Amino acid sequence: MPHLTTYLGMALRAEHTLAASLGVVALGHAEQADVHHTCRLLAGMSEAHTQALAPIVHRYLSRDEDDIVEPDRLHAPGLTRARGGQIGLLRDLQDLHVLGTLVQTTWTVLMQGAQGLRDRELLAVATRSNSDTSRQLSWFNTRMKAAAAQALLVAG
Amino acid sequence: MAVSNSSAPHDHDRVVDVWGPRTPHGRDDRWPSRVDVHLDAGVGPADVQKWVRSACVLCSNGCGCDIAVVDGQMVGIRGRADDLVNKGRLGPKGLYGSTPWASSADRLTTPLIRRDGILVPTDWTTAMDRIVAESQRLLRTKGPLSHGFYTSGQLFAEEYYTLAVIGKAGLGTPHMDGNTRLCTATAAAAFKESFGTDGQPGCYSDIEHCDALFLWGHNMAETQTVLWSRVLDRTHGSEPPVLVCVDPRRTPVAVEALRTGGLHLPVRVGTNLALLNGLLRELFENDLVDHDWVDRHTVGVDDLRKLVDDYPVEKVAAICGLEPDAVRRAARIFGERSAVLSTVLQGFYQSHQATAASVAVNNLHLLRGMIGRPGAGVLQMNGQPTAQNNRECGADGDLPGFRNWDNPDHVRELAELWDVDPMVIPHWADPTHAMQIFGYVADGTINLLWVSATNPAVSMPESARIRSILEKDTCFLVVQDLFLTETAQLADVVLPAAGWGEKTGTFTNASRVVHLSEKAVEPPGQAKPDLDIFLSYAAAMDFRSRSGAPLIGWHTAEEAFDAWRAASAGRPVDYTGLTYDKLRDTSGVAWPVNDTHPDGAARLYSDAVFPSAVDVCETFGHDLLTGAAVTEQEYRALAPDGRAMIKGCVYVPAHEQPSEQFPLLFTTGRTVYQFHTRTKTRRSRPLDAAAPRAWVEMNAEDARDLGITEGDVVVVESPRGRIQVPARIGMITRGSVFAPFHYGSSDADVHEPGGRQGQANELTMTVWDPVSKQPAFKTAACRVRRADPVRPAIEATTAGQSGP
Repeated sequence: MPHLTTYLGMALRAEHTLAASLGVVALGHAEQADVHHTCRLLAGMSEAHTQALAPIVHRYLSRDEDDIVEPDRLHAPGLTRARGGQIGLLRDLQDLHVLGTLVQTTWTVLMQGAQGLRDRELLAVATRSNSDTSRQLSWFNTRMKAAAAQALLVAG
Repeated sequence: MAVSNSSAPHDHDRVVDVWGPRTPHGRDDRWPSRVDVHLDAGVGPADVQKWVRSACVLCSNGCGCDIAVVDGQMVGIRGRADDLVNKGRLGPKGLYGSTPWASSADRLTTPLIRRDGILVPTDWTTAMDRIVAESQRLLRTKGPLSHGFYTSGQLFAEEYYTLAVIGKAGLGTPHMDGNTRLCTATAAAAFKESFGTDGQPGCYSDIEHCDALFLWGHNMAETQTVLWSRVLDRTHGSEPPVLVCVDPRRTPVAVEALRTGGLHLPVRVGTNLALLNGLLRELFENDLVDHDWVDRHTVGVDDLRKLVDDYPVEKVAAICGLEPDAVRRAARIFGERSAVLSTVLQGFYQSHQATAASVAVNNLHLLRGMIGRPGAGVLQMNGQPTAQNNRECGADGDLPGFRNWDNPDHVRELAELWDVDPMVIPHWADPTHAMQIFGYVADGTINLLWVSATNPAVSMPESARIRSILEKDTCFLVVQDLFLTETAQLADVVLPAAGWGEKTGTFTNASRVVHLSEKAVEPPGQAKPDLDIFLSYAAAMDFRSRSGAPLIGWHTAEEAFDAWRAASAGRPVDYTGLTYDKLRDTSGVAWPVNDTHPDGAARLYSDAVFPSAVDVCETFGHDLLTGAAVTEQEYRALAPDGRAMIKGCVYVPAHEQPSEQFPLLFTTGRTVYQFHTRTKTRRSRPLDAAAPRAWVEMNAEDARDLGITEGDVVVVESPRGRIQVPARIGMITRGSVFAPFHYGSSDADVHEPGGRQGQANELTMTVWDPVSKQPAFKTAACRVRRADPVRPAIEATTAGQSGP
C-alpha cells in the first residue's frame, strides 16, 4: 500500500509544518497576546496529532517495508518568518489557513482509507485530528475577520 | 422593622462591623427590613431638607436608597426599607463613600485642554470644538475605524444607549467597549453560550429559598456586603442552607461555610475548570442527573459526558491542590440538595479559562434542572453597579437589546429604528474588545480614544504597557470624569462630568433590577452630565438619519430612556412597560417589563424555554477552548431551538506557570473598603483610613520560608514589574500571593509619595479569555523578598486589610 504510506507521511509532514508555522506566528506576533497564546495552543494540537499517528505509521512501515515516499507536489512550505504589522498578521493567518486546509484534506483522505482497511485505530486518530483541524481553521477565520477591516482600511 | 442606628455623628461602626446587625429568619421567609442611615457630622435627621430617590453605585448590588440634601449639598444616605434589593440596608461603602467625593475640593469644574504639553482650564466651546475638529479630520482622512470609545460600569442606561447610537449609527465604529470587559464580560459570555442571550436567570430572593449555596470565586462578604448580610440572615436562622466556597483564600465566605458545616475548596489559582469538569463527572458517575429534564430542555449532554470522563476525582484533586474527598462531597451536595443556588464572580471571570469555567457552572445547574424556580438558579454576578446596562444598551460593542451582529434581521431592525443604512452599523465581526482597542491605539490605527468614567491607567493589566499606550502621540485622548485621575492626566482634553446625585438616569443591577436615580444637587462649576456631553458632541458632529433629521432626537434623560425602551421592544431584555413614573412608584423593578410581565419578572426561564432559537439568540456561540466563532450553519445544525446548550471544554494550564525565578502565583482582588481605583472611596475619611494603602497577603509557610513576618515591607516582582508593600500573613493557599487592585499613584505610600509602589497591575500580564475577552488578572507568576534595606513593619489598620 505505497500510496497509503505516502499519505501517512503527508499527514505527519503537514502537521509538523503547521505546528512549526504556528510557532513562528506565535513568536512573530507576540505583541498580540491572543495570537501568541492561541497559536501556541493550536501548535500543541498539531504536535499531539503527529504523536498519535507515529505508532500507526511505524506499524504500516514495518509491515510493508516501504519507505515513506514524498509526494510530488502535495506539500506546502511552512512559514519561516512572521510578517510585520496588522496587514502582516492578516497574511500570516491566511497562510496558516492554507496549511490547515492541506492538513484537513489529508486527514479526510486517510479517514476514507482507514474505513476501507477497517483500521479502527487509524480511523480514530484521523477523525479526532480532522475535528481539531476544523477548530484551527475556524479560529484562523474568526481572527482574520476581526483583523481584516482595520488592517485594510486604517493601517499604514 | 429593625433600625440600625448608624446616624449618630462620627459613628463609623460599619467600618468594623461591615455587615451590620443580623435579622435571622427561616427558609422561605421574607427577608426582614433593616434601615441603615448615615448623615455627615453635625447633621441631624431634622436638618435634612429633602430626601431624593436613588440607588447605590458603590458595588454591583444596586441597593435602593435616598440621598439626604441640605442647602444644595448631599450630606448623607438612607436605605429604602421597601426596596426589592436591600430592604433598607447599606454597606460601609454606600454609607460612608456615597457623598463625600461630591464636595471634594479637587473636583474637575472646568474643561481642560493640553497646550504646550500642559493641561490648562478652558471653556466648553473651546474643548468641544477641539474634539470635533479632530474627529472630523480623522473621519475625512482615515474613516470611522480611527475612533474608539472606552466607557465604564458607572454611567446610566440613557448615557450608554446614546453613546451606542453615536458610535454605531453616527460614526459607524466597532471599537466600543467598557471597563465592564474587566468585570462582567464573562457573565454575559457564559449566558450567551449556555442560554442563547445575556440575562440573569435567577434573583437575589433565591437566597431565601435555597438549601445549598455555592460561591464560585466570589468573595461576596467583601464585594457585596448587603447581599452577604442576606446570606448571613439565612445561616443564622432556622433551616440554613449549606455553603460551599471555592476560593484560594480563606475569605469570610470560606470561614462562614466552615462554621456552618459546609465546605471550603481552596482551589489552586488558575485551575477552576479542572475542578468543574471533575464535579460534572461526579454527577454523571453517581447518576445525579435529571435525565428527563435534560432530554427535554437541553442539547449537548452526550458530548459533555464524553469530555468530562477524562477528569476523575483523584486527577482533578491533584491538579487543583484539593482533597479528593472534598471534591466528592461538593459534588454530592450539588447533586442531592433540592434547591441549589450558585453565584459566580471574579475568581472565575478574571482567571484562566474564564468563560469555560463559568459555563461549566451553568452546566451543573442544567444537568440537575436547577434553574428558573425559587432557590434553584444561577447568579453570574457583575462587578459594577451599571455594568448590566452597558451590556444591554450596546456601549460595550454588542448591539443594543442583546441583538446578534451575525443576524441580518437584527441589524435591519436597528437600522429601521435609527433610520440609517444597515451598512453603517458595524456588524462584520465580533465587536472590538477593550484589550484590542488598546492594541489598535498601540499600533497607531485608533487615533481618537474617548474614555469616560474609568481609569485604565490603574485598572488595566500590565500598567507599564497601558501607560505607554495612553501616552502615544498618535492618539488624541479625551477623558471625561469627576477628577483628574491617573488617566485624565495623560489626556489631550479633559471634560468635567457630573456624578451620581448630580444627574438623573436609570441603572440595572446584577439581578435585572432597575432603579431610577434622581438628581439631588447641582454639579459643581461647569461640570455636566455625561448624557449632555455625548449629546453636545452628537449635535456638533451633526449626525443625521436617512430622512435628514438629527440622528438623536432626544434631549433629556427621560427621553433617552424612552428611546432605549423602544430599542428593547420584543427582545428578552424588554423595558417597554417601564417608565420613570413606574420607577418612582416602586423601589426596584426586574425586567422584562411588558404586557406579559407588567410588574417585571423575578426569574427567567421558569418555563424552561431559553432564547436559543436561531432568530432570537444573541450569538451563534464559540469554541470555548479557542474562541473560534460558531457559524450560523453550524448553529442551525445544533438546532437548540429553545433548549439550553450544554458545552464543555478541556482544562489546559494557565499561560504563566511558576518557575524557579518566579516561584509564586500572583492574584488580585478587592477589599471591602474600596471601590475601583478609589476615585470616590479614598475621598471618604473613614474608608480611606480603614485601608489607606496596598498590601500583599501571603501564606504563613511561604512567609516563614522567606523570613517575612506580619507587617514587613516586601518587594513583589513579576516579569513585568514590581510593587513594594507591607506583607499581611493570611490564610491564602500555599504558593499564592494576593494583592488588592484599587491602588494607583495617588495613594498613601510609605516610601516615595506619588510612586506606584502599590499598583497591583504593574505585575499582571496581558492575556485574556478567548471567548469573553476578559483579561486574566488572577494568573501571573511572581517572587517576594523583604525590602532592602529592611523597612520597619507597618501595622494593619483594620482586619479587612489582612484577610481573616
